[in-house]
Amino acid sequence: MTILTEQHAKTLLKKVLSFSKADECECNLDGQVGGNIRTARNTVSTAGEQSDLTLAVQSTFGKRTGVATINEFDDESLKKVVRRSEELAKLAPENPENMPLFGVQKYVKPNNYFDSTSNVTPDDRAQAAEDSIKPSKENKLVSSGFLQDATTFVAIMNNKGLFAYNKATNVNFTVTIRTEDGKGSGWVSRDYGDVKKLNTLKSSQIAIQKSMDSAEAKEMEPGKYTVILEPAASVQLLSNMFGNMGQRPADEGRSFLSKKQEEGKEDGPTNKLGEKLFDERVHIYSDPLEPEAPTAPFAGDGHQVSKTDWIKDGKIVNMPNSAYWAKKTGVDYKPTAYTGSGLFAGAAQFVMAGGDESLEDMIKNTRRGVLVTRLWYIRSLDPQTLLYTGLTRDGTFYIENGKIKYPIKNFRFNESPIVMLNNIEALGKPVRINGSMVPPMKIRDFTFSSLSDAV
Amino acid sequence: MERRDFIKFTGVGMGGLMLPLSGMAVSAEQLLDAPMDAAYKKKLADIALNAAKAKGASYADVRIGRYLNQFVTTQEKRVDNIVNTESAGVGVRVIANGTWGFASSSNMTPDSIAKTAEKAVEVAMANSKFQTVPVQLAPVKGVGEVSWKTPVKKNAMAVPIKDKVDLLLSVNDAAMSNGATYITSILFLVNEQKYFASTDGSYIDQDVHRLWAPFFATAVGKSGFKQRTGLGNPVGMGFEYLDGLEKDKIRISGANVGYKNSYDMIEDATAAGKQLQAKLKAKSVEPGKYDLVLDPAHLMLTIHESVGHPLELDRVLGYEANYAGTSFATLDKWKSGKFNYGSKIVNLFADKTQPYSLGNVGYDDEGVKTKEWDLVKDGTLVNYQAIRDQVHMIDQKESHGCCYSQSWRDVQFQRMPNVSLKPNDEDISAEDVIKDVENGIYIAGRGSFSIDQQRYNFQFGGQLFYEIKNGKITEQIEDVAYQSNTQQFWNSCTQMAGKSDYRLGGSFFDGKGQPAQVSAVSHGCPTTRFNNINVINTARKV
Repeated sequence: MTILTEQHAKTLLKKVLSFSKADECECNLDGQVGGNIRTARNTVSTAGEQSDLTLAVQSTFGKRTGVATINEFDDESLKKVVRRSEELAKLAPENPENMPLFGVQKYVKPNNYFDSTSNVTPDDRAQAAEDSIKPSKENKLVSSGFLQDATTFVAIMNNKGLFAYNKATNVNFTVTIRTEDGKGSGWVSRDYGDVKKLNTLKSSQIAIQKSMDSAEAKEMEPGKYTVILEPAASVQLLSNMFGNMGQRPADEGRSFLSKKQEEGKEDGPTNKLGEKLFDERVHIYSDPLEPEAPTAPFAGDGHQVSKTDWIKDGKIVNMPNSAYWAKKTGVDYKPTAYTGSGLFAGAAQFVMAGGDESLEDMIKNTRRGVLVTRLWYIRSLDPQTLLYTGLTRDGTFYIENGKIKYPIKNFRFNESPIVMLNNIEALGKPVRINGSMVPPMKIRDFTFSSLSDAV
Repeated sequence: MERRDFIKFTGVGMGGLMLPLSGMAVSAEQLLDAPMDAAYKKKLADIALNAAKAKGASYADVRIGRYLNQFVTTQEKRVDNIVNTESAGVGVRVIANGTWGFASSSNMTPDSIAKTAEKAVEVAMANSKFQTVPVQLAPVKGVGEVSWKTPVKKNAMAVPIKDKVDLLLSVNDAAMSNGATYITSILFLVNEQKYFASTDGSYIDQDVHRLWAPFFATAVGKSGFKQRTGLGNPVGMGFEYLDGLEKDKIRISGANVGYKNSYDMIEDATAAGKQLQAKLKAKSVEPGKYDLVLDPAHLMLTIHESVGHPLELDRVLGYEANYAGTSFATLDKWKSGKFNYGSKIVNLFADKTQPYSLGNVGYDDEGVKTKEWDLVKDGTLVNYQAIRDQVHMIDQKESHGCCYSQSWRDVQFQRMPNVSLKPNDEDISAEDVIKDVENGIYIAGRGSFSIDQQRYNFQFGGQLFYEIKNGKITEQIEDVAYQSNTQQFWNSCTQMAGKSDYRLGGSFFDGKGQPAQVSAVSHGCPTTRFNNINVINTARKV
């Protein structure tokens, strides 16, 4: 009952709408079934299963809107939730930014549901965990990991004719493997739509190797270095940058994309749309049909989404906005895809184009540099320059003449993705990480500001 | 975690339906509905416990929870969102074959509760195949049927929405009339009605209230923009926290007002507007070594990150290695009895009993009576934070009572209790601390906080920075962050104010665990001085 078919969802939502007396009514069904297993110290620590199905009804009278939700689906309950949303709408203050609902939309069809993932059992999870723990134990290492899988669906229908449905599966696995003496630590992360692609035994080997290779790290002076950032190392900085690309904050003067007004030209452009801010190789876009990391083909309001370039040839070519702000400023509405409300709810998907070089090729082509597995505890220092701080973690290595020479102690970095994307030396082949696609990147003059003793 | 949730319910980046953070949207009146009768909850709890035992569990506990939230968000002159949510359900945790299992459900029929308990046993059995070390629980004596309630004076859920909206819009007006260009102000109100029962013979009914009223103001100038957040604290109190009583204000000459157990949000917003204008013109800090004087609304988060987290025993032992990390405060350091966490004047303690604190409850989420204990005594590391299945690993027999779950839906685990710095025995003021500093910086409010996964190296910022010259605050400065190492930092602590200056700060959404859960935790401290700390300049040209 938790995961409804498209037809079942349509029938149910039609019934809900038939009870509505509001000017506008939109219903949203959100269902999820999932499970997880957590391990630590080479054994299982916790595990659990969750399921939930919620109906949300949004009713609008004029510019007053109310939302009510319910998880019972008999006719009486459905009538009750519609009435409740209407009562709340009548009590709500007018929202000057209220926008009319959208009508019929045309959606592309992403391939983001897999029976294999939907059928995962507690025994499968326990086995996947054991496959990761066993080789760790054999190497006298200590493994801690987490595996989570879910099937989710969302269906949206309104009284303007819109109907949207998307069913998806996701599985995410991470493991940290440390040496018994705590001097070495390795990590790996994998996320897929199809659990058949996940091999916890094979991916754990990467964490095992990094754990052993990272022990007895040497100190290097902080400073500016050429770095090779694995996709897991740059994804958060890129995601933060993308999350700060909204048109409204830019127009309001409170974003890195705000344009400073020249004296006497106060009516000039308010944002940096069309400006070249990055190396010309930078191409960042969203695409619901991205084969390795598809998304729902619609936004949270049911509006269709399709492939959209945000940064092309290093220039800002589009900025995400709301329907209200798009109308107010006379530009096209550019939403991002719906990313869920529960399990696997996350940041907006983006794809950063790259080249064909593998990580290994990149290392081979580096005379002197630092290989970074991941960055951790990333926090904003200045939203105007997108300056962030954080630390390297779980495998940081010195590269010399095309070879990993030795492990080095972790660094704190103070750097901006804007600077980073201007200092590109090379881009490798993008891989899926956290639902987005990110290439390994070679970046010159990356700023490390201090050393950390943490392993 | 914190940031993601904030974005979710303020609607930034979300189109369409404004879905609540968790739970079902309900009317404000429903937030005042009487809790489920304790006798009925006992009956349901016994069904779960009996079903688990019948399936082979050697231990079981059940939490029947009703979690109520109200969030009111305003921006400038408009109400952005009012969300009331209710989430009710049952979570059952069992030990079977020496292994934990957990299951939860929102369906609270007797039949479903029994099935949920059986599912928890099934999960435990599946995992026990690969379990190598059986769970060992510290004994807890059943307490029978007891209850506990946060001592609130004004139930925040009962205050009319209009009064809340009026307050927030007045806050926005105060900030914007005094220099802010934009402001978002929010009220978060939480009420956890939770019933715990276990096969040890405890039936504990608790009614827990928490409140947080933050604001986020921005001023846009010709040279860019600056931000300032409110200096109020999240608290375990009712709406009386927003009375803004004079007796709870500590005024720092030339700088900010500190708030004890009551917050004047309009006064703070007024100050924020003015301070934002000063920030736009303020000089950028000269990097170097400074003596820092840290206001409690700032130091609380430094305590949280550099003392609270590293002394969580599950982190020390490696249970959090794959997420938040491990800890530099390893067992050998603790066992030596000689590890200098800080200077001799540093005394840090843990508790879940301080009045007005976010952690204050009668019993934790595995039925252990809460208490206070020392973590660092006269500068030396003496203990950790541990729960029933952990204390045997540090040769102790009694849980510290700091187990928590964010809802009935999630499994409970070790969470940070309140961790606080004891004030000076001599009751000196914050200004007494400032007056001996020759070349320093006074920092108020929480800013950017980043620390490594073993809690050695940190870099912390703040909201307001003031230069101190020859014992006096001179002017507001900008672009300040300090970098240090936890042990070095606490060993550079040279003075602190006394009990009259002691204030509670806190984190409303502290994230931990996989799947991640939030919890709320307070940190008490007085204004405190740290000598010769490395300050960097965070301004950067791009």
